[in-house]
Amino acid sequence: MRPILLRGGRVIDPGQRLDATRDLLLQDGLVTAIAPQLAAPDDAEVLEVRGLAVCPGLIDLHVHLREPGGEHKETIATGARAAAAGGFTAVCAMPNTDPAIDDPAAVGFVLAEGRRAGGARVYPTGAISVGQKGERLTEVGELVHAGAVAITDDGYPVMDSGLMRIALEYSQTFGIPVADHPEDLRLSAGGVMNEGLVATRLGLRGIPRTSEDVMIVRDLLLGDLTQGRIHLQHVSTAGGADAIRAAKARGVPVTAEVTPHHLLLTEEAVEAYRTDAKMKPPLRTAADTEALRAALADGTIDCVATDHAPHHYDEKEQAFDDAPFGIVGLETALGLLITKLVKPGLLDLASLVDRMSCGPARAFSLPGGTLAPKSVADVTVFDPAGEWVVDRASFYSKSQNSPFVGWKLTGRAKITIVGGKIVWKDG
Amino acid sequence: MTQRALALGKDLVGLEHLSAEQIQVFLDTAEAFKEISERPIKKVPVLRGKTIVNLFFEPSTRTRISFEFAEKRLSADTVNIATTASSVAKGETLVDTARNLEAMRIDMVVVRHWASGAAKFLAERIRSNVINAGDGAHEHPTQGLLDLLTIRDHRGRVAGLNVCIVGDILHSRVARSNIWGLLKLGANVAVCSPKTLLPPGIADLGVTVLRRIEEAIEWADVLNVLRLQLERMQAGYVPSLREYNRVFGVSKVRLARAQREILILHPGPMNRGVEIDSDVADGPHSMILAQVTNGVAVRMAVLYLLAGGEPEKAEAAKTAEGA
Repeated sequence: MRPILLRGGRVIDPGQRLDATRDLLLQDGLVTAIAPQLAAPDDAEVLEVRGLAVCPGLIDLHVHLREPGGEHKETIATGARAAAAGGFTAVCAMPNTDPAIDDPAAVGFVLAEGRRAGGARVYPTGAISVGQKGERLTEVGELVHAGAVAITDDGYPVMDSGLMRIALEYSQTFGIPVADHPEDLRLSAGGVMNEGLVATRLGLRGIPRTSEDVMIVRDLLLGDLTQGRIHLQHVSTAGGADAIRAAKARGVPVTAEVTPHHLLLTEEAVEAYRTDAKMKPPLRTAADTEALRAALADGTIDCVATDHAPHHYDEKEQAFDDAPFGIVGLETALGLLITKLVKPGLLDLASLVDRMSCGPARAFSLPGGTLAPKSVADVTVFDPAGEWVVDRASFYSKSQNSPFVGWKLTGRAKITIVGGKIVWKDG
Repeated sequence: MTQRALALGKDLVGLEHLSAEQIQVFLDTAEAFKEISERPIKKVPVLRGKTIVNLFFEPSTRTRISFEFAEKRLSADTVNIATTASSVAKGETLVDTARNLEAMRIDMVVVRHWASGAAKFLAERIRSNVINAGDGAHEHPTQGLLDLLTIRDHRGRVAGLNVCIVGDILHSRVARSNIWGLLKLGANVAVCSPKTLLPPGIADLGVTVLRRIEEAIEWADVLNVLRLQLERMQAGYVPSLREYNRVFGVSKVRLARAQREILILHPGPMNRGVEIDSDVADGPHSMILAQVTNGVAVRMAVLYLLAGGEPEKAEAAKTAEGA
């Protein structure tokens, strides 16, 4: 593998408190040098990146790659390429496939397919319960041994508090976090969008914020009890953010993620029964988006995750009640957040890099999230001023179910480097 | 006012986005069409040559028959399609069903569907006129219009009246269409129901929430009593039909507390002895059969206007000789 010299970029590495023009040298899969001026080794590939930002590779802790079982929506290969095109060097694949990723062979399959894909790294997660049925704990040790980086029953919330306690205790042997999709299925039963006036007008069943808050608070209390590492997925409510802030203050080992869509859109996006605005948790209100932005800025929420949830066109082209939950997110996340958070001054670029790279790496103890010498050579190069329009036809993902189609964005990934190898380059 | 100025549009999916003037035109046109159903030969050539499909994804007797009478009395050619759960299970999607119908060159679709938004979904994807005959818990605009017409018939106006909708507001498309129509025509609107059957944020639509049926009766000029479906009890929204009747049932004894001559509407089918007692349903206040009669006239008006008929020519249209 040829060394790569990234010359003259604006290197943003929050871990080293660095935001300055630097050259960055990658050799043998590692970062080997970072300095104002570096000489290129003889055989190096030199990339002039003046005017572009260079940061530790973006990591998405929450994606649905649909394989096995949902290959018409996405495959590990297409998802890994979509991730790379969005500037992500690593993604964590959720285990709610068909069959669920609940045994070591399944974990091995995801890992192997991810390696073959040649896009972003694909880290498997394993199920908390066998078949994601919420009844019996999986062989967590076996899953971790096979390569799972966390356990979660995402898609099928753990309603049984006793099981969640056991998961939080047992997982401590292996040092992995337990990620929870916090939703009380009884309180959300039949719901398809946020509970409130818009749902009432449209005649759609609502999902109250309380259905999420109840479980966030439960998980945090179980965190108190067990001291297990809990990771709260796609937090969508102001109440949830407040509860996490309070729990962190009292020392609960909790991390949390928020999606770009929950930061930027409200229930109004569902108007006219737009199925591309149907997801779980549902889009909430302006008070929630505001609280979530504040929580992301102050670090209460550690990271942005896309909850990339591809669905086939036919599945979304239905009456609202019948359409599945979820939207794609890998290829729009960076541009959306630069446009809507960084440009208006709600978050500085270094903090965005932290929440999209360092924060996720810390939360799941993954390699990367830093450009310090000897760290893994996972690097994202992006143009913070590059303007583009979200276009379905340009998606690498197999699916195009995005409410952001047609949005004019500023900020775009240019080069994605995984393990010292360029896996994607714009243009 | 011409139809262009009224801009009724291609479809009727709900009353929420109509203006008071547009609603009045539907009611006035219905008024003109009422008389056709009183003739010995109940047929005029207004929609001759038009093909209308009644596409019902949910069981319906009253609404479907009412539409069918309206279509036949206007001389349209009609086809009824009732898709049971089993044929939907064969896998054809809503949009494929509609496109296939359209490929047979139809003019209008009357659609009833269990999903909110289904009528709008269809309207956006086919060229034919789409009339919503009830979509999920969203709207049932022709029911709303016929309720308005019935109130107007018997009180001479809608503006300024106190109208209370009683019962399962949460799951009711009739409630929503009534709320929009009544508010736009200037009525004072209240809802009365157990909180479990009240949609969140309903007061923000501009309606008053009344906790007890006794309050509603004392306040109202008109009570629109909704059907309580048995499934709601099974789902636990109310503990029993018996208790519902005891707490929310409209009974003769309770009506004695009315402050004025009260009108009782019910969209049907009734659960006698649950939301409404028989002596009320069959009593002098009951408008229930007048609603059914008006339903046909309202649907004729909707079909006529959406097919491009001009409001001011309705009178002439119905007296035109069949060729």
